[in-house]
Amino acid sequence: MTFLKGFLPSSPRHVSKSVTVHAILLAYTVIALFPIIIVIINAFKTRKAIFKDPLGLPDSDSFTLAGFQEVLLRSDFGLYSWNSLVVTLIAVGLVLLLGAMAAWALTEYKFRGNFIITFLFAMGIMIPIRLGTVSILSLMVELNLANTLTALVLVYIAQGLPLAVYILSEFVRTIPKELTEAARCDAVSEYKIFFCIILPLLKPAMATVAVFTMIPIWNDLWFPLILAPGEDTRTITLGVQQFVGQYVTNWNSVLSALTLAIVPVLILYTIFSRQLIRGLTSGAVK
Amino acid sequence: MIQPKHQDEKKPFPWHLIVFLTPALLIYGTFSVYPLLDTLFLSLFGTQQGQSTFVGLQNFITLVTDDNWSQAFWNALINNFKFFAIHMLIQNPIGLLLAVLLSSPKLRLSGTYRTLIFMPTMLSVVIIGFVWQLLLSPIWGISENFLYSIGLGHYFDAWLGKEGSALITLSFISVWQFVGIPMMLIYATLLNIPDDIVDAGVVDGANPLQTFWYIKLPLILPTIAMVSILTFVANFNAFELIYAVKGALAGPNFSTDLMGTFFYRTFFGFQLQQGSASMGAAVATLMFLIILVGVMLFLFFIQRRIQRFQF
Repeated sequence: MTFLKGFLPSSPRHVSKSVTVHAILLAYTVIALFPIIIVIINAFKTRKAIFKDPLGLPDSDSFTLAGFQEVLLRSDFGLYSWNSLVVTLIAVGLVLLLGAMAAWALTEYKFRGNFIITFLFAMGIMIPIRLGTVSILSLMVELNLANTLTALVLVYIAQGLPLAVYILSEFVRTIPKELTEAARCDAVSEYKIFFCIILPLLKPAMATVAVFTMIPIWNDLWFPLILAPGEDTRTITLGVQQFVGQYVTNWNSVLSALTLAIVPVLILYTIFSRQLIRGLTSGAVK
Repeated sequence: MIQPKHQDEKKPFPWHLIVFLTPALLIYGTFSVYPLLDTLFLSLFGTQQGQSTFVGLQNFITLVTDDNWSQAFWNALINNFKFFAIHMLIQNPIGLLLAVLLSSPKLRLSGTYRTLIFMPTMLSVVIIGFVWQLLLSPIWGISENFLYSIGLGHYFDAWLGKEGSALITLSFISVWQFVGIPMMLIYATLLNIPDDIVDAGVVDGANPLQTFWYIKLPLILPTIAMVSILTFVANFNAFELIYAVKGALAGPNFSTDLMGTFFYRTFFGFQLQQGSASMGAAVATLMFLIILVGVMLFLFFIQRRIQRFQF
């Protein structure tokens, strides 16, 4: 029976097995999504409806945008989102560029100190940068960068580089040597070889690195809280944390603030999930 | 740091090497390597009357034995191990189960399940903390009503507010959020197992359970080890969830205190206690050592033992 199973996909036993698999996966999907959906649907309801019928969808009676109005009125969500966007995009862009340059240098050229630098970057994958916070803060104060977005960008570049260098180095190794050797025979400069030949080839790996670098930066609370807690430099995660802490009893506002933080990420995730999952499953992070 | 070979007189000085490597090295060195080393160094100093003096290992001795410090330190450390144990015992087995189910052959909608189950992992820990705080709130009563509807209502309690259950509840919230990571990594490895090996087992009469136990499990052990060390590092570095839900005081009565929140309080101070950079550095150094030991154990023991199973 066991032997035949592979050849008889329509056997009753196989059907019952596949039903079980779907049941478990579906159940877990519900567990994973239920809390998020509950928060989003209740953000659009009146306070009364939130408590009376938390599971119901908003209808014409209970629908309201009061929570959102309050959030936008009492806090600067636009600014927070803008700050997060600026920090994330600049940091990720520089991680990609500097990471690719370093990965290329470390894999292509043989020089003294190569091993130690590679090792130094590899250590950074495992050792969290926030353990150096005490010194990072005093360094930023000395550099007059406390409460600036620049401080966050610099720290996030340092945080993102190790994994970027690692993944991109693995990828550089798969590029055939003939390509660069042919270019060198034609007396093409090293800069041109990198920027015109190698960098375009690295694109797929860079997309993976971009996703892996972006998520922790966007979601981080630690460094915004410590390096840039000022009203003008708040990122979205810190902004939501402060807002919810302050208006904890105002259910409409809290649910709306959480929804405002969740929805853009979910939209981006839906768009890029293919890319992200391909990156995760391609073995780039083994 | 970069010492190009000068012996080779024919080649010009490799400026391109400097140009490619310096920016990354400069930023990484200044804002990651230097602060970490400086923190380790700083932990050997103490501040007395505004003067910084070398005190050797005194800060560590204070942390581990002093009446005012040791209780909080050991409490945070033990809590952190509990936090890690719950992740290892629940998050990773569930992740493994989901990965195995997702990789069953000819499964329809597997892409959809995968995308949806991974969704919470994408969101900020802070947001997830608040979401669960609302859901578990006795004021709103969603969880309570749900438990009543399945006949378990009398088990409901304000779990996040009770000393005995707050840490476990927070661990479960974290498990719920991050189960996607072990799932994805193990799933990727399962997909890469060549069909021939599994088919050979089936032809030899192995049932699905035996196929999993004797063929697939040994092949995914390296990934499970990898997941374990990632979990370890992330758990001993956790801060956001506790800070969002319980604040820096990690209440009730410090029962949810982890090394991350303990570090934050030590560095910035709380209530009557003043913040101290050198004590903060000492806590960070201990966290560094714990993580280093974990990573080393992984590299030297687990990784080596696994090699036997690889082709």
